[in-house]
Amino acid sequence: MKPSSPMTLAEKILAYKLKVLKVEPGELIEVPVDLTLANDITAPLAIKTFEETHINRLFDPEKVVLVMDHFTPNKDIKSAEQVRICREFARKYGIKHYYEGGNCGIEHVLLPELGLTFPGDIIIGADSHTCTYGAVAAFATGVGSTDLAAAWITGKTWFKVPETIKLVYYGKLKPWVTGKDLILYTIGDIGVDGALYKAMEFSGETVRQLSMADRFTMSNMAIEAGAKVGLFEVDKKTVAFLKKVNPQREVLIIKPDRKANYSEVKEYDVSKIDLVVALPHLPSKVKLVKELSQKIFIDQVVIGSCTNGRIEDLSIVAKILKGRKVNSNLRCIIIPATPKVYQEALKRGYLEVFLSAGAMVSPPTCGPCLGGHMGILAKGERAVATTNRNFIGRMGHPESEVYLAGPAVAAVSAVLGYIGTPEELGLKTPE
Amino acid sequence: MKKIRGKVWKFGDNIDTDVIIPARYLNTTDPEELGKHCMEDLDPYFSKKISKGDIIVAGKNFGCGSSREHAPVAIKACGISCIIAESFARIFYRNAFNTGLLILESPEVASETEEGDELEVYPEEGKIVNLTKNKTYHIKPIPPFMKAILEDGGLIPHILKKYQSA
Ligand code: SF4
Repeated sequence: MKPSSPMTLAEKILAYKLKVLKVEPGELIEVPVDLTLANDITAPLAIKTFEETHINRLFDPEKVVLVMDHFTPNKDIKSAEQVRICREFARKYGIKHYYEGGNCGIEHVLLPELGLTFPGDIIIGADSHTCTYGAVAAFATGVGSTDLAAAWITGKTWFKVPETIKLVYYGKLKPWVTGKDLILYTIGDIGVDGALYKAMEFSGETVRQLSMADRFTMSNMAIEAGAKVGLFEVDKKTVAFLKKVNPQREVLIIKPDRKANYSEVKEYDVSKIDLVVALPHLPSKVKLVKELSQKIFIDQVVIGSCTNGRIEDLSIVAKILKGRKVNSNLRCIIIPATPKVYQEALKRGYLEVFLSAGAMVSPPTCGPCLGGHMGILAKGERAVATTNRNFIGRMGHPESEVYLAGPAVAAVSAVLGYIGTPEELGLKTPE
Repeated sequence: MKKIRGKVWKFGDNIDTDVIIPARYLNTTDPEELGKHCMEDLDPYFSKKISKGDIIVAGKNFGCGSSREHAPVAIKACGISCIIAESFARIFYRNAFNTGLLILESPEVASETEEGDELEVYPEEGKIVNLTKNKTYHIKPIPPFMKAILEDGGLIPHILKKYQSA
């Protein structure tokens, strides 16, 4: 092959997939998809659309994943009916990757854990946080149910090649600061449409030190800046993670070219980034916790979701809750994202810590994250959540409020009863 | 594509899919049921106030948030014929075309239109007339690819046409 002009990571993945030397931002392309995902909310609509075409054939049942995670365990008759539709569809078409009940977890934590998401893959999901898999350099993005049904028929989807914003992080992370703080800080800087239609490319020396869990958290929230994808290049940590979850599959080492063209480059000195919180009702209303002008008292803490429900998150929470008590003025709900995370938390003794502290531990579910069930807010109530959205009514009553934070701030706030930092509990470092 | 005429309902920036159709109603796919709850967390009577053919005019990033197609479905089902906004969130943009809801980008119309104004929209020509203010706007036409989808009645009929002729 002739050497081609330099490309960003997003362009490189798409060009690789199309087997061409170059793609240009703005170009409209049709690409084969490697994986399609839908959940108990979006699959029924996709199934309805698919069935109406009377094309009784899926492009490849192996590449169809259905995860019944949002209202699980089914919260009412209607949601149980929705799941029944999905289950029957999965049986009819021999869909192996159907997850419900005890093998089911929150989709965006479950799929990477099952070894289904790999570098260079094109993944579309009828769920906006499908961009999570950008952490392993998959071109993964959310679409609607109709786009998904169309891909079930043709095995393809269309994209406009996005421009790329490069986000460079350098410097040493402060104690307790995680990927969640970095991504909230970034969204606070560029705004909820700061990356609209674009690809975000996370890079810099700090990023190389981040755990895979932190990277998943950051890619997960790319959509909260309006982005199409949020990508990390493949490095040693990516390879080690993928070898563990799926030793059989070969890993494509894919990185952006050095002189690629970016629509914008932003640099962040992370040694200046402290623990943050996003105030209602936008993920971009970011404030440093220590700079909050008054004590914000809360009624509920939710720790979980596809953003921060991994074992690494629970480990931070366990460090803080160990030997302490949840404030009697609030409810603390902890939701391990998948059965595997749940089991690991059990093995490590975290569940004992949580229960002794007076927290509740829920089965893996999206639950309160989208105001589904298992912890809905009443009028005027306030929650701190490790989730990704704090829109009006997101966790319940239209007049309730959600404050977004990382696991450390959430756990500390559960003890204090108001939003605070580990220093207020006399905790200097996580060690 | 036919000319549209309707009264304007005005919204601000970052109208997200959770307020367009709250998750508590997502245990159904029935358009009529979804339409009844459209925008209810911002205005409990919204769906009742609309006359068929009315138009939503909004600020930037309309439809941000989740990928729920229930959002454009609910808007269409409650009688809205078209949305004009400064900009749209990308998944909502796709979903609207895929489900046959006309959406147009125009920062000028978004900023100069008031609630209650009467608009006439000519999607083919890329022309919007504000009858109340007696002002005409020329906007960027719909990209040809999206127009083809709309003309075929949504993405599925569009790909079926290709699929069946292949
Ligand atoms: S945890 Fe929340 S954001 Fe993630 S998939 Fe579930 S509902 Fe969506």
